[in-house]
Amino acid sequence: MAEAKPANAAAPETLLRVEDLRTWFHTFSGTVKAVDGVSFSVKRGEIMGLVGESGGGKSVVGFSILGLIDPPGKIESGAIEFNGENLKDAGDARLRDIRGRDIAMVFQDPMTSLNPLHTVGEQMDEMLRLHTDMDAGQRQARCVQVLEDVGISRAADRLKSYPHQFSGGMRQRVVIAIAMLAQPKLVIADEPTTALDVTIQAQILKLMRRQIRDNGASMILVTHDLAVVSEMADHITVLYCGKVVERGPTDDVIRRPSHPYTRGLIDSIPNPAHRMARLKQIPGAVPDIRKLPKGCNFQDRCPRVGTLCRESEPPLVATGARAHACHFPLKEGETE
Amino acid sequence: MLGYTIKRLLQMVFVLWIVSVIVFLMMSFTGDPVFMVIPIDSTQAEIDQARRILGLDRSLFEQYLVFMKGMLQGDFGRSYVYRQPAMDLILERLPATMEIVVVAMIFAALVAVPLGVYAGANPNRTTSRAIMSGSLLGISLPSFWVGMMLIFLLAVQWQIFPSSGRGETVDFLGLKLSILTLDGWYHIILPSLTLSLATMAIILRITRAGMMEVMRQDYMKFARAKGVSRRGVLYGHGLRNALIPVVTIFGLQLGDLIAFATITETIFAWPGLGKLLIDSIYRADRPVIVVYLMLVAFIFVVINFLVDMVYTWIDPRITVK
Repeated sequence: MAEAKPANAAAPETLLRVEDLRTWFHTFSGTVKAVDGVSFSVKRGEIMGLVGESGGGKSVVGFSILGLIDPPGKIESGAIEFNGENLKDAGDARLRDIRGRDIAMVFQDPMTSLNPLHTVGEQMDEMLRLHTDMDAGQRQARCVQVLEDVGISRAADRLKSYPHQFSGGMRQRVVIAIAMLAQPKLVIADEPTTALDVTIQAQILKLMRRQIRDNGASMILVTHDLAVVSEMADHITVLYCGKVVERGPTDDVIRRPSHPYTRGLIDSIPNPAHRMARLKQIPGAVPDIRKLPKGCNFQDRCPRVGTLCRESEPPLVATGARAHACHFPLKEGETE
Repeated sequence: MLGYTIKRLLQMVFVLWIVSVIVFLMMSFTGDPVFMVIPIDSTQAEIDQARRILGLDRSLFEQYLVFMKGMLQGDFGRSYVYRQPAMDLILERLPATMEIVVVAMIFAALVAVPLGVYAGANPNRTTSRAIMSGSLLGISLPSFWVGMMLIFLLAVQWQIFPSSGRGETVDFLGLKLSILTLDGWYHIILPSLTLSLATMAIILRITRAGMMEVMRQDYMKFARAKGVSRRGVLYGHGLRNALIPVVTIFGLQLGDLIAFATITETIFAWPGLGKLLIDSIYRADRPVIVVYLMLVAFIFVVINFLVDMVYTWIDPRITVK
């Protein structure tokens, strides 16, 4: 530990910096600007929540970082700087080294993210074969250890099992184990608990947080569930229609959101204090991302909309640790 | 596993028995072989005698019993024409057919699977479209035309390969094989190529369809996110998931080629089963045809069994019971 500290101190505090990222999909029916000018950064050891509704471009951000955008998608512009290295222009060979070893991913649906024809052991071993020079015995030992870390008993036996012999929650544990195997610096978790039973969700989240903390890693937690983020994340970035609408330390943002969209998301979390009250929701739906309105993207669903909102798009304004993109931000304590 | 195998074996025996009945009845209703084996100017007495010798004077049921009894004892009857056991005739020619078929199937798989994987993984590339158009040709061109064109170009015009025959053979474990000599290989290439084209096209298309389906799966992206190379993702994770229909078609095509390589064998004067079958049909050589059909049925049944075994090896979720 004493030796690790100076190295850590020498490394810059910021692990990942995404600057003005634009990832567009050129489809027959028009260009889908799934991610359109997103900026955020992730510090070492930090959990960053990336929040937004379905179709908000959250997953695309994760895939862009790893260079896993396939045609017709393309990273149009922006910068992705990981550990001081420009990932956007890194070659495929370099990216393959980074994937899994430095940045690992956890997918949404554990029922489909494991290959049904390979044993769990083979799929774990593959990761170590690619990214370490351990021999077969060491790899086996490491697999058993990590599998036990994620709470799978009789790990040595389970290595020989196929994914279909596991339940959904167990499979997600396996996926997390695979992600942690090579001790990545950053884990991108894309809706890691959405496909799971509610009873399992809390367990898996706790497990992920402990794994991240124990390994000194950082995490980007992509989710639509603000409740999950408020428990897990240190920082939060709210996306709407491919753009950042609000950003800041989690507690601060949850306690006094500036953007009406964030407010709406918070209000749609069931609150035990208002049991019998009708749950609030954000009116309308996410607009067609190919035909966004002039001005603010949120105008048609916003309770505070004014003429200015229909004319010009609000820029992202930073004040201290917070930032928001709204012409008429909420003041502290103000509801709507 | 043992129980399953025994069950499958019994099934195979049952299928073969059904085939034997059908084959026997079919043969009995088509043509009178007596006139094929006696001189045209024979007297009625001679005809009757020939009938008796061939056993054709008895009732159909009796004939079937004799036929079955013979089969169970490994006696499949004697060729009316060659006066030899029909089984010996067939087995003598089987290696020749197996040779071109096996070479054709291996060639088809080696070409079709990588091309299919490529076309399935990159469906929008021009190369893929060209491959798919080419495969349409492979399916639609009749083999007799392809065979003749190959002979015309490669044997007559440029004289690279011989146009017919089997070339030099070597005795190996009592079988006459051409694949063990260079000259034999020269002779095998053209007929095998002709045989393989249609199969190649079908396997290619099936592989591509399977890969296109597999490419959409999450585990493919997960593998990429682990840092697996593109090749590793396609062949290590993708292909095996696309393989079940490919193996099915491969099995069916294998049986098909063994049974019906006739046209290609005729064009290249390849002394295999197909030529024997055609000759036997011309001469109404009933025992040979019967043994041939029984053998084909047997081969299909065995291939099917093997294909089912391969399924369980490919996909651990498939279990035999």
